[in-house]
Amino acid sequence: MNDTFELRSGETHIEVHKFFPGAIVAVTVAALVLQASFPVYFPRLEILDLPMLVTIYFGLSRRNPSTGLLLGTVIGLSQDALSGPTVPLGFYGIAKTIVGYLASSIGARLDTEHPAARFALIMGFFVLHQATLALTRRLLLAGEPEAWLNAHLAIAAAVNAFLGTLLFLVFDRLRRSS
Amino acid sequence: MLRTDKYLERVTMSAIPSRHKSLALLGAMLLIQVLLLAVQIKRDSRGRLIRVWAVSGASPFERGASWGFGRVRGVWNHYFALQNTSRENEALRIENDALKLTISQLQSRASEADRLAALLNFRQAHKDVPMLGARVIAGSAGTASRTIEIDRGERDGIRRNMPVITPDGAVGKVIEAFRDAAQVLLLTDKDGGAGAMLVQSRIQSPVGGTGEPTLVMKYVAGDDNVAVGEQVVTSGMDKIFPRDVPVGTVIEVKAGTPFKQIRVRPAAKFDRLEEVIVLLTQQPLEFKKVAEAQGAQTGAQGPQPATQNSAAGKPAVTEKP
Repeated sequence: MNDTFELRSGETHIEVHKFFPGAIVAVTVAALVLQASFPVYFPRLEILDLPMLVTIYFGLSRRNPSTGLLLGTVIGLSQDALSGPTVPLGFYGIAKTIVGYLASSIGARLDTEHPAARFALIMGFFVLHQATLALTRRLLLAGEPEAWLNAHLAIAAAVNAFLGTLLFLVFDRLRRSS
Repeated sequence: MLRTDKYLERVTMSAIPSRHKSLALLGAMLLIQVLLLAVQIKRDSRGRLIRVWAVSGASPFERGASWGFGRVRGVWNHYFALQNTSRENEALRIENDALKLTISQLQSRASEADRLAALLNFRQAHKDVPMLGARVIAGSAGTASRTIEIDRGERDGIRRNMPVITPDGAVGKVIEAFRDAAQVLLLTDKDGGAGAMLVQSRIQSPVGGTGEPTLVMKYVAGDDNVAVGEQVVTSGMDKIFPRDVPVGTVIEVKAGTPFKQIRVRPAAKFDRLEEVIVLLTQQPLEFKKVAEAQGAQTGAQGPQPATQNSAAGKPAVTEKP
Protein backbone atom coordinates (compact mmCIF):
# COMPACT_ATOMS: atom_id res chain seq x y z
CA MET A 1 0.00 0.00 0.00
CA ASN A 2 1.24 3.45 -0.79
CA ASP A 3 2.25 5.73 2.07
CA THR A 4 1.63 8.86 0.06
CA PHE A 5 -1.67 9.91 -1.48
CA GLU A 6 -2.26 12.46 -4.17
CA LEU A 7 -5.00 14.99 -3.80
CA ARG A 8 -6.42 15.80 -7.17
CA SER A 9 -7.77 19.27 -7.08
CA GLY A 10 -7.79 20.63 -10.55
CA GLU A 11 -4.34 20.72 -11.96
CA THR A 12 -2.41 20.66 -8.68
CA HIS A 13 -1.13 17.49 -7.01
CA ILE A 14 -0.61 17.72 -3.24
CA GLU A 15 0.65 14.82 -1.20
CA VAL A 16 -0.84 13.67 2.09
CA HIS A 17 1.96 12.22 4.13
CA LYS A 18 1.79 9.36 6.55
CA PHE A 19 4.22 8.75 9.35
CA PHE A 20 5.71 5.81 11.09
CA PRO A 21 3.47 4.35 13.79
CA GLY A 22 3.76 6.26 17.01
CA ALA A 23 5.80 9.02 15.42
CA ILE A 24 3.21 11.70 16.00
CA VAL A 25 2.67 10.65 19.59
CA ALA A 26 6.36 10.42 20.32
CA VAL A 27 7.16 13.79 18.78
CA THR A 28 4.26 15.41 20.58
CA VAL A 29 5.26 14.01 23.97
CA ALA A 30 8.86 14.97 23.41
CA ALA A 31 7.85 18.50 22.47
CA LEU A 32 5.67 18.87 25.57
CA VAL A 33 8.35 17.49 27.88
CA LEU A 34 11.04 19.71 26.39
CA GLN A 35 8.75 22.72 26.55
CA ALA A 36 8.13 22.03 30.21
CA SER A 37 11.85 21.65 30.83
CA PHE A 38 13.04 24.79 29.10
CA PRO A 39 12.05 27.26 31.82
CA VAL A 40 14.00 25.22 34.35
CA TYR A 41 17.25 24.56 32.51
CA PHE A 42 17.31 27.08 29.67
CA PRO A 43 15.32 30.17 30.62
CA ARG A 44 16.35 31.91 27.39
CA LEU A 45 14.61 29.24 25.34
CA GLU A 46 11.29 30.18 26.85
CA ILE A 47 10.46 32.05 23.67
CA LEU A 48 10.30 28.74 21.81
CA ASP A 49 6.94 27.04 21.47
CA LEU A 50 7.72 23.49 20.48
CA PRO A 51 4.12 22.22 20.86
CA MET A 52 3.02 24.89 18.42
CA LEU A 53 5.72 23.88 15.92
CA VAL A 54 4.61 20.25 16.18
CA THR A 55 1.00 21.30 15.66
CA ILE A 56 1.91 23.30 12.57
CA TYR A 57 4.08 20.59 11.11
CA PHE A 58 1.61 17.76 11.42
CA GLY A 59 -1.21 20.02 10.35
CA LEU A 60 0.62 20.98 7.20
CA SER A 61 1.66 17.41 6.51
CA ARG A 62 -1.60 15.58 7.23
CA ARG A 63 -3.66 18.23 5.39
CA ASN A 64 -6.82 17.15 7.11
CA PRO A 65 -8.51 20.03 8.97
CA SER A 66 -10.34 17.74 11.36
CA THR A 67 -7.22 15.82 12.23
CA GLY A 68 -5.23 19.03 12.47
CA LEU A 69 -7.60 20.77 14.83
CA LEU A 70 -8.01 17.69 17.00
CA LEU A 71 -4.26 17.30 17.23
CA GLY A 72 -3.98 20.99 18.10
CA THR A 73 -6.65 20.57 20.77
CA VAL A 74 -4.90 17.62 22.35
CA ILE A 75 -1.49 19.29 22.28
CA GLY A 76 -2.89 22.57 23.61
CA LEU A 77 -4.82 20.96 26.43
CA SER A 78 -1.78 18.90 27.33
CA GLN A 79 0.30 22.06 27.45
CA ASP A 80 -2.34 23.64 29.66
CA ALA A 81 -2.28 20.66 31.95
CA LEU A 82 1.51 20.80 32.21
CA SER A 83 1.56 24.56 32.79
CA GLY A 84 0.38 24.43 36.35
CA PRO A 85 -2.81 25.48 38.10
CA THR A 86 -2.48 29.12 37.13
CA VAL A 87 -3.16 28.29 33.47
CA PRO A 88 -6.75 27.19 32.95
CA LEU A 89 -7.45 24.27 30.68
CA GLY A 90 -8.29 25.63 27.27
CA PHE A 91 -5.95 28.61 27.29
CA TYR A 92 -3.38 27.09 24.96
CA GLY A 93 -5.98 24.62 23.71
CA ILE A 94 -8.03 27.24 21.91
CA ALA A 95 -5.01 28.82 20.27
CA LYS A 96 -3.55 25.54 19.09
CA THR A 97 -6.91 24.26 17.87
CA ILE A 98 -7.14 27.27 15.59
CA VAL A 99 -3.54 26.92 14.48
CA GLY A 100 -4.00 23.21 13.79
CA TYR A 101 -7.13 23.83 11.78
CA LEU A 102 -5.64 26.63 9.71
CA ALA A 103 -2.36 24.79 9.17
CA SER A 104 -4.08 21.69 7.85
CA SER A 105 -6.46 23.81 5.78
CA ILE A 106 -3.59 25.70 4.19
CA GLY A 107 -1.60 22.50 3.79
CA ALA A 108 -4.48 21.00 1.81
CA ARG A 109 -4.31 23.84 -0.69
CA LEU A 110 -0.69 24.89 -0.92
CA ASP A 111 2.59 23.14 -1.25
CA THR A 112 4.33 23.81 2.04
CA GLU A 113 7.42 21.69 1.55
CA HIS A 114 9.74 24.51 0.68
CA PRO A 115 11.75 25.86 3.63
CA ALA A 116 10.96 29.48 2.76
CA ALA A 117 7.25 28.77 2.73
CA ARG A 118 7.55 26.95 6.00
CA PHE A 119 9.49 29.83 7.56
CA ALA A 120 6.83 32.33 6.54
CA LEU A 121 3.99 30.10 7.64
CA ILE A 122 5.53 29.45 11.03
CA MET A 123 6.02 33.16 11.58
CA GLY A 124 2.43 33.87 10.64
CA PHE A 125 1.06 31.09 12.80
CA PHE A 126 3.18 32.17 15.75
CA VAL A 127 1.78 35.69 15.58
CA LEU A 128 -1.74 34.29 15.23
CA HIS A 129 -1.10 31.98 18.17
CA GLN A 130 0.10 34.81 20.38
CA ALA A 131 -2.80 37.03 19.28
CA THR A 132 -5.25 34.31 20.20
CA LEU A 133 -3.61 33.94 23.59
CA ALA A 134 -3.81 37.69 24.19
CA LEU A 135 -7.43 37.77 23.09
CA THR A 136 -8.33 34.84 25.32
CA ARG A 137 -6.57 36.42 28.27
CA ARG A 138 -8.33 39.73 27.69
CA LEU A 139 -11.84 38.56 26.87
CA LEU A 140 -12.28 35.30 28.70
CA LEU A 141 -9.94 35.66 31.64
CA ALA A 142 -10.63 39.36 32.28
CA GLY A 143 -6.92 40.12 32.13
CA GLU A 144 -5.43 43.58 31.89
CA PRO A 145 -4.80 44.92 28.39
CA GLU A 146 -1.26 44.16 27.27
CA ALA A 147 0.88 45.27 24.37
CA TRP A 148 1.62 41.95 22.73
CA LEU A 149 2.45 43.24 19.24
CA ASN A 150 6.00 44.38 19.83
CA ALA A 151 9.61 43.70 18.97
CA HIS A 152 9.78 40.78 21.35
CA LEU A 153 7.01 39.09 19.42
CA ALA A 154 8.83 39.66 16.15
CA ILE A 155 12.04 38.21 17.52
CA ALA A 156 10.25 35.23 19.04
CA ALA A 157 8.40 34.62 15.79
CA ALA A 158 11.65 34.73 13.83
CA VAL A 159 13.44 32.40 16.23
CA ASN A 160 10.56 29.94 16.23
CA ALA A 161 10.35 30.09 12.44
CA PHE A 162 14.05 29.48 12.08
CA LEU A 163 14.09 26.57 14.53
CA GLY A 164 10.82 25.23 13.12
CA THR A 165 12.19 25.21 9.60
CA LEU A 166 15.14 23.14 10.76
CA LEU A 167 12.98 20.85 12.87
CA PHE A 168 10.58 20.26 10.01
CA LEU A 169 13.48 18.90 7.98
CA VAL A 170 14.15 16.44 10.78
CA PHE A 171 10.46 15.57 11.07
CA ASP A 172 10.36 14.89 7.34
CA ARG A 173 12.52 11.88 8.02
CA LEU A 174 9.72 10.38 10.08
CA ARG A 175 7.52 10.12 7.02
CA ARG A 176 7.03 6.84 5.39
CA SER A 177 8.72 6.75 2.07
CA SER A 178 6.39 6.72 -0.93
CA MET B 1 -4.26 -0.93 -11.33
CA LEU B 2 -7.88 0.00 -11.60
CA ARG B 3 -8.52 -1.54 -8.21
CA THR B 4 -5.72 0.49 -6.67
CA ASP B 5 -7.10 3.72 -8.11
CA LYS B 6 -10.54 3.04 -6.67
CA TYR B 7 -9.03 2.27 -3.30
CA LEU B 8 -7.04 5.50 -3.32
CA GLU B 9 -10.07 7.49 -4.29
CA ARG B 10 -12.11 5.97 -1.45
CA VAL B 11 -9.35 6.53 1.09
CA THR B 12 -8.84 10.08 -0.08
CA MET B 13 -12.51 10.87 0.28
CA SER B 14 -12.59 9.48 3.75
CA ALA B 15 -9.35 11.23 4.69
CA ILE B 16 -10.51 14.66 3.57
CA PRO B 17 -13.92 15.35 5.07
CA SER B 18 -16.12 18.12 3.82
CA ARG B 19 -15.28 21.73 4.60
CA HIS B 20 -18.47 22.22 6.57
CA LYS B 21 -17.82 19.18 8.67
CA SER B 22 -14.38 20.35 9.68
CA LEU B 23 -15.67 23.86 10.36
CA ALA B 24 -18.39 22.44 12.58
CA LEU B 25 -15.80 20.36 14.38
CA LEU B 26 -13.62 23.45 14.84
CA GLY B 27 -16.54 25.37 16.27
CA ALA B 28 -17.43 22.54 18.58
CA MET B 29 -13.89 22.15 19.89
CA LEU B 30 -13.52 25.89 20.45
CA LEU B 31 -16.87 26.05 22.20
CA ILE B 32 -15.98 23.15 24.45
CA GLN B 33 -12.72 24.79 25.44
CA VAL B 34 -14.33 28.16 26.01
CA LEU B 35 -16.86 26.50 28.27
CA LEU B 36 -14.03 24.65 29.93
CA LEU B 37 -12.36 27.98 30.60
CA ALA B 38 -15.59 29.43 31.90
CA VAL B 39 -16.07 26.60 34.32
CA GLN B 40 -12.59 27.08 35.74
CA ILE B 41 -12.36 30.83 35.95
CA LYS B 42 -13.81 32.52 38.99
CA ARG B 43 -14.41 36.24 38.78
CA ASP B 44 -13.98 38.34 41.92
CA SER B 45 -17.12 38.08 44.05
CA ARG B 46 -19.22 37.20 41.00
CA GLY B 47 -18.81 33.45 41.01
CA ARG B 48 -17.56 31.31 38.21
CA LEU B 49 -17.39 32.77 34.72
CA ILE B 50 -19.88 30.22 33.43
CA ARG B 51 -22.39 31.50 35.95
CA VAL B 52 -21.66 35.10 35.04
CA TRP B 53 -22.23 34.29 31.40
CA ALA B 54 -25.32 32.27 32.11
CA VAL B 55 -26.88 34.98 34.23
CA SER B 56 -25.81 37.78 31.89
CA GLY B 57 -27.22 35.91 28.93
CA ALA B 58 -30.45 34.92 30.57
CA SER B 59 -31.26 38.07 32.49
CA PRO B 60 -32.44 40.16 29.50
CA PHE B 61 -34.89 37.42 28.55
CA GLU B 62 -35.95 37.02 32.17
CA ARG B 63 -36.52 40.76 32.42
CA GLY B 64 -38.49 40.71 29.21
CA ALA B 65 -40.56 37.76 30.35
CA SER B 66 -41.18 39.36 33.71
CA TRP B 67 -42.26 42.60 32.03
CA GLY B 68 -44.54 40.72 29.67
CA PHE B 69 -46.10 38.59 32.37
CA GLY B 70 -46.53 41.66 34.53
CA ARG B 71 -48.33 43.51 31.77
CA VAL B 72 -50.59 40.58 30.99
CA ARG B 73 -51.37 40.04 34.65
CA GLY B 74 -51.99 43.76 35.11
CA VAL B 75 -54.37 43.90 32.19
CA TRP B 76 -56.16 40.80 33.41
CA ASN B 77 -56.40 41.97 37.01
CA HIS B 78 -57.42 45.54 36.24
CA TYR B 79 -59.78 45.00 33.35
CA PHE B 80 -61.13 41.47 33.36
CA ALA B 81 -60.96 40.04 36.87
CA LEU B 82 -63.01 42.72 38.65
CA GLN B 83 -66.12 40.73 39.55
CA ASN B 84 -65.06 40.37 43.20
CA THR B 85 -63.54 43.81 43.59
CA SER B 86 -66.60 45.46 45.09
CA ARG B 87 -67.03 42.64 47.58
CA GLU B 88 -63.35 42.73 48.48
CA ASN B 89 -63.51 46.49 48.80
CA GLU B 90 -66.37 46.23 51.27
CA ALA B 91 -64.57 43.53 53.25
CA LEU B 92 -61.41 45.62 53.32
CA ARG B 93 -63.34 48.66 54.48
CA ILE B 94 -64.83 46.68 57.35
CA GLU B 95 -61.45 45.25 58.20
CA ASN B 96 -59.95 48.74 58.07
CA ASP B 97 -62.53 50.04 60.52
CA ALA B 98 -61.88 47.12 62.84
CA LEU B 99 -58.15 47.73 62.65
CA LYS B 100 -58.60 51.41 63.41
CA LEU B 101 -60.61 50.50 66.47
CA THR B 102 -57.97 48.01 67.54
CA ILE B 103 -55.24 50.59 67.08
CA SER B 104 -57.18 53.07 69.15
CA GLN B 105 -57.65 50.50 71.90
CA LEU B 106 -54.00 49.57 71.82
CA GLN B 107 -52.96 53.20 71.99
CA SER B 108 -55.25 53.70 74.95
CA ARG B 109 -53.81 50.67 76.68
CA ALA B 110 -50.29 51.81 75.97
CA SER B 111 -51.10 55.20 77.45
CA GLU B 112 -52.67 53.52 80.46
CA ALA B 113 -49.62 51.34 80.87
CA ASP B 114 -47.41 54.42 80.87
CA ARG B 115 -49.52 56.08 83.53
CA LEU B 116 -49.60 52.95 85.65
CA ALA B 117 -45.86 52.62 85.28
CA ALA B 118 -45.46 56.19 86.55
CA LEU B 119 -47.70 55.41 89.52
CA LEU B 120 -45.78 52.24 90.21
CA ASN B 121 -42.48 54.08 90.10
CA PHE B 122 -43.85 56.69 92.47
CA ARG B 123 -45.17 53.99 94.76
CA GLN B 124 -41.84 52.15 94.79
CA ALA B 125 -39.96 55.36 95.47
CA HIS B 126 -42.06 55.95 98.60
CA LYS B 127 -42.41 52.50 100.03
CA ASP B 128 -42.41 53.83 103.58
CA VAL B 129 -45.34 56.19 102.94
CA PRO B 130 -48.81 54.64 103.27
CA MET B 131 -50.68 55.33 100.06
CA LEU B 132 -53.31 53.78 97.89
CA GLY B 133 -53.70 53.80 94.13
CA ALA B 134 -57.12 54.50 92.76
CA ARG B 135 -58.73 54.67 89.37
CA VAL B 136 -60.90 57.62 88.40
CA ILE B 137 -64.28 56.19 87.51
CA ALA B 138 -66.32 59.34 87.05
CA GLY B 139 -66.10 63.09 86.83
CA SER B 140 -68.32 65.95 87.77
CA ALA B 141 -71.94 65.60 86.82
CA GLY B 142 -72.09 69.30 85.97
CA THR B 143 -69.88 72.26 85.28
CA ALA B 144 -70.62 73.90 88.59
CA SER B 145 -68.16 71.77 90.46
CA ARG B 146 -64.88 70.08 89.74
CA THR B 147 -64.85 66.72 91.40
CA ILE B 148 -63.94 63.19 90.48
CA GLU B 149 -65.01 59.83 91.75
CA ILE B 150 -62.49 57.10 92.48
CA ASP B 151 -62.91 53.35 92.82
CA ARG B 152 -61.62 53.17 96.38
CA GLY B 153 -63.79 53.69 99.45
CA GLU B 154 -64.04 53.18 103.16
CA ARG B 155 -63.45 49.46 102.77
CA ASP B 156 -59.99 50.34 101.45
CA GLY B 157 -59.28 52.74 104.29
CA ILE B 158 -60.31 55.93 102.51
CA ARG B 159 -61.57 58.65 104.85
CA ARG B 160 -62.70 62.24 104.44
CA ASN B 161 -60.04 64.93 103.92
CA MET B 162 -57.39 62.51 102.80
CA PRO B 163 -55.08 64.15 100.23
CA VAL B 164 -55.14 62.95 96.66
CA ILE B 165 -52.13 63.40 94.41
CA THR B 166 -50.51 62.14 91.25
CA PRO B 167 -46.79 61.73 90.66
CA ASP B 168 -46.95 65.24 89.14
CA GLY B 169 -48.42 67.00 92.14
CA ALA B 170 -51.44 67.72 94.34
CA VAL B 171 -54.90 66.94 92.98
CA GLY B 172 -57.36 67.55 95.76
CA LYS B 173 -58.88 65.98 98.84
CA VAL B 174 -61.49 63.34 99.59
CA ILE B 175 -64.78 65.00 100.44
CA GLU B 176 -66.97 61.92 100.63
CA ALA B 177 -66.00 58.33 101.27
CA PHE B 178 -68.47 55.61 100.42
CA ARG B 179 -68.16 51.87 100.86
CA ASP B 180 -66.40 51.19 97.54
CA ALA B 181 -65.95 54.66 96.11
CA ALA B 182 -65.03 58.16 97.10
CA GLN B 183 -65.47 61.67 95.79
CA VAL B 184 -62.50 63.97 95.45
CA LEU B 185 -62.73 67.74 95.37
CA LEU B 186 -60.16 69.04 92.95
CA LEU B 187 -57.92 72.01 93.69
CA THR B 188 -59.40 73.76 90.68
CA ASP B 189 -62.89 73.75 92.15
CA LYS B 190 -64.12 77.07 93.53
CA ASP B 191 -64.22 75.51 96.94
CA GLY B 192 -61.01 73.56 96.49
CA GLY B 193 -57.63 74.61 97.77
CA ALA B 194 -54.59 73.77 99.80
CA GLY B 195 -52.11 75.46 102.08
CA ALA B 196 -49.17 76.42 99.89
CA MET B 197 -45.94 78.36 99.78
CA LEU B 198 -43.55 79.73 97.21
CA VAL B 199 -40.39 77.66 97.08
CA GLN B 200 -37.92 80.51 96.65
CA SER B 201 -39.34 83.21 98.88
CA ARG B 202 -40.99 80.78 101.35
CA ILE B 203 -44.07 83.02 101.33
CA GLN B 204 -47.04 81.04 102.54
CA SER B 205 -50.51 81.53 101.18
CA PRO B 206 -53.37 79.21 100.34
CA VAL B 207 -54.06 78.40 96.70
CA GLY B 208 -57.52 77.75 95.48
CA GLY B 209 -59.54 77.11 92.41
CA THR B 210 -61.68 79.46 90.43
CA GLY B 211 -63.55 76.94 88.37
CA GLU B 212 -60.99 77.45 85.64
CA PRO B 213 -58.02 75.26 84.73
CA THR B 214 -55.64 77.51 86.67
CA LEU B 215 -55.28 78.18 90.40
CA VAL B 216 -54.90 81.44 92.24
CA MET B 217 -52.66 82.30 95.15
CA LYS B 218 -54.80 84.57 97.22
CA TYR B 219 -53.01 86.27 100.05
CA VAL B 220 -49.57 87.40 99.01
CA ALA B 221 -48.86 90.94 100.14
CA GLY B 222 -48.46 93.56 97.47
CA ASP B 223 -44.90 94.40 98.47
CA ASP B 224 -43.63 90.83 98.35
CA ASN B 225 -41.49 89.87 95.38
CA VAL B 226 -42.90 86.99 93.35
CA ALA B 227 -41.39 85.89 90.08
CA VAL B 228 -43.06 84.18 87.21
CA GLY B 229 -41.87 80.59 87.00
CA GLU B 230 -41.50 80.19 90.72
CA GLN B 231 -42.60 76.84 92.04
CA VAL B 232 -45.48 76.50 94.49
CA VAL B 233 -45.63 73.58 96.92
CA THR B 234 -47.90 72.59 99.75
CA SER B 235 -47.01 74.09 103.10
CA GLY B 236 -48.60 71.44 105.30
CA MET B 237 -50.43 74.12 107.26
CA ASP B 238 -53.86 72.88 106.13
CA LYS B 239 -53.34 69.62 108.03
CA ILE B 240 -54.42 67.77 104.90
CA PHE B 241 -51.51 67.71 102.48
CA PRO B 242 -48.02 66.90 103.67
CA ARG B 243 -45.36 69.53 103.04
CA ASP B 244 -43.65 70.07 99.74
CA VAL B 245 -46.08 68.37 97.38
CA PRO B 246 -45.87 70.30 94.09
CA VAL B 247 -48.91 72.46 93.49
CA GLY B 248 -47.90 74.33 90.38
CA THR B 249 -45.91 77.10 88.77
CA VAL B 250 -46.52 80.84 88.91
CA ILE B 251 -47.51 81.95 85.44
CA GLU B 252 -48.80 85.46 86.09
CA VAL B 253 -48.27 88.06 88.78
CA LYS B 254 -50.36 91.19 88.99
CA ALA B 255 -49.70 93.91 91.49
CA GLY B 256 -52.53 94.61 93.84
CA THR B 257 -53.49 96.19 97.13
CA PRO B 258 -53.33 94.76 99.61
CA PHE B 259 -52.63 91.44 97.81
CA LYS B 260 -51.06 90.51 94.55
CA GLN B 261 -53.09 88.54 92.05
CA ILE B 262 -51.06 85.43 91.29
CA ARG B 263 -52.12 82.76 88.84
CA VAL B 264 -50.64 79.31 89.16
CA ARG B 265 -50.62 76.57 86.55
CA PRO B 266 -51.32 73.27 88.34
CA ALA B 267 -48.58 70.67 88.43
CA ALA B 268 -51.08 67.81 88.14
CA LYS B 269 -52.70 67.26 84.79
CA PHE B 270 -56.33 67.83 85.70
CA ASP B 271 -57.52 67.23 82.16
CA ARG B 272 -55.99 63.75 82.11
CA LEU B 273 -56.75 62.32 85.50
CA GLU B 274 -57.30 58.61 85.17
CA GLU B 275 -55.30 57.18 88.06
CA VAL B 276 -54.53 58.94 91.33
CA ILE B 277 -52.87 58.22 94.64
CA VAL B 278 -54.61 58.69 97.96
CA LEU B 279 -52.12 59.44 100.74
CA LEU B 280 -53.03 57.78 103.99
CA THR B 281 -50.73 59.99 105.97
CA GLN B 282 -49.35 63.51 106.22
CA GLN B 283 -45.80 62.27 106.24
CA PRO B 284 -43.62 64.41 103.93
CA LEU B 285 -42.79 62.86 100.55
CA GLU B 286 -39.74 62.92 98.35
CA PHE B 287 -41.35 65.76 96.44
CA LYS B 288 -39.44 67.88 98.91
CA LYS B 289 -36.09 67.20 97.32
CA VAL B 290 -37.38 68.02 93.88
CA ALA B 291 -38.97 71.19 95.11
CA GLU B 292 -35.85 72.28 96.95
CA ALA B 293 -33.69 71.61 93.92
CA GLN B 294 -36.00 73.69 91.79
CA GLY B 295 -36.03 76.42 94.43
CA ALA B 296 -32.23 76.50 94.62
CA GLN B 297 -32.03 76.74 90.88
CA THR B 298 -34.55 79.55 90.76
CA GLY B 299 -32.75 81.37 93.59
CA ALA B 300 -29.41 81.15 91.89
CA GLN B 301 -30.78 82.56 88.66
CA GLY B 302 -32.98 85.17 90.28
CA PRO B 303 -36.43 86.19 89.12
CA GLN B 304 -36.89 85.82 85.42
CA PRO B 305 -37.62 88.96 83.45
CA ALA B 306 -40.96 89.21 81.79
CA THR B 307 -39.49 89.53 78.31
CA GLN B 308 -37.56 86.38 78.74
CA ASN B 309 -40.68 84.55 79.75
CA SER B 310 -42.54 85.95 76.81
CA ALA B 311 -39.80 84.83 74.53
CA ALA B 312 -39.99 81.37 76.01
CA GLY B 313 -43.65 81.19 75.19
CA LYS B 314 -44.81 81.56 78.78
CA PRO B 315 -47.50 84.01 79.90
CA ALA B 316 -46.02 87.43 80.45
CA VAL B 317 -45.89 89.19 83.84
CA THR B 318 -48.57 91.77 83.95
CA GLU B 319 -47.71 93.43 87.21
CA LYS B 320 -49.83 96.51 87.42
CA PRO B 321 -49.20 99.32 89.89
